[in-house]
Amino acid sequence: MEAVIPVIVAALCVYGLVKRVNIFESFVEGVKEGMQTVRFIAPTMIALLVAVGTLKASGALEWIAELIRPVATAVGFPAELVPMGLLRPVSGSGATAILTNIYETCGADSFVGRCASVVAGSTETTFYAVTMYYGAAGIKKIRHTLVSALVADFTAIVMSVVIVGLVMGS
Amino acid sequence: MAYVFGVMIAGAFVFSLVCGSLPQLSAGILDSAGEAVQLLIAISGMLCMWSGFMRIAKDCGLIEKLSRLFAPILRRLYPDIEPESDAFRYISMNISANLLGLGNAATPLGLNAMREMKRLSPGDRATDSMVTFVLMNTASIQLIPTTVAALRKSYGSQQPFDILLCVWLTSALALTAGLLSSRLIKGMKRWRR
Repeated sequence: MEAVIPVIVAALCVYGLVKRVNIFESFVEGVKEGMQTVRFIAPTMIALLVAVGTLKASGALEWIAELIRPVATAVGFPAELVPMGLLRPVSGSGATAILTNIYETCGADSFVGRCASVVAGSTETTFYAVTMYYGAAGIKKIRHTLVSALVADFTAIVMSVVIVGLVMGS
Repeated sequence: MAYVFGVMIAGAFVFSLVCGSLPQLSAGILDSAGEAVQLLIAISGMLCMWSGFMRIAKDCGLIEKLSRLFAPILRRLYPDIEPESDAFRYISMNISANLLGLGNAATPLGLNAMREMKRLSPGDRATDSMVTFVLMNTASIQLIPTTVAALRKSYGSQQPFDILLCVWLTSALALTAGLLSSRLIKGMKRWRR
């Protein structure tokens, strides 16, 4: 796995040169877009990180996790993932705030940290995407879209634990 | 969103009032915004770097290349859309851009795809293809989960990309589950009638 990133990066540059693309200009353009993305997500991220930070400082976040723990452990599921799973379809920044909290308390390379990373990497802000795409096309009857999208999100959360356990060991 | 925010802040206040953790709360509120900015700065470098490399991919015409590669699979997922139509082209380009993590490029392509599909079947009811398309956009199909990796790195991960395989497997399974459930619900409705 260590080779994946260097290979992608090097292959892209060589391919770009062969295709006679000005790869430096392209890279700089991309960085500009990246900075715009950061600027775009910053206000919501700061707001929600403040909210989660406040909740955490009060001790309420731990209390909620303790409340869920008995049920979660009974089915062999890490309790820390539950709040993230609940927030993920509704708010991307909110889920990111919870994710950083998991990294802080359990570690980015811990089992729970890896599961939470996989959840974050394999799901989207479902409600936002559904609203945006149907809104743009003026569709009001969305039929079973939301149900199926939430089935996918639920599968991602459950399978993240199974797959991380299988591939990387707990 | 206002509710979520309000409940979180007010809930924290009430909770610490009950538990007597007001000093910690006070410190937490004052620190959290600064920490948030630090985090954003920490991850923005890696985000910009990937955004740069993926822009190279885009300028090399990789989106179009990938779209051609996926056409056979997409033809099966969207049986009622002509492979030569604009709608089909936008769909496959949106999926390819998503795969490369080019969110900025994927969204407008996706919106065009939805508008084209609507043109093919007017009305305010979602077609099967629209459902499939939105499902493919709500399941994150991304080759390189850059934001997550940047976050992990800023929290001291040794190998922020060691989750790659797990992410690919999980998103593939999630998307399959979503599409299967969509077929199943449709079948059940028809069967009931």
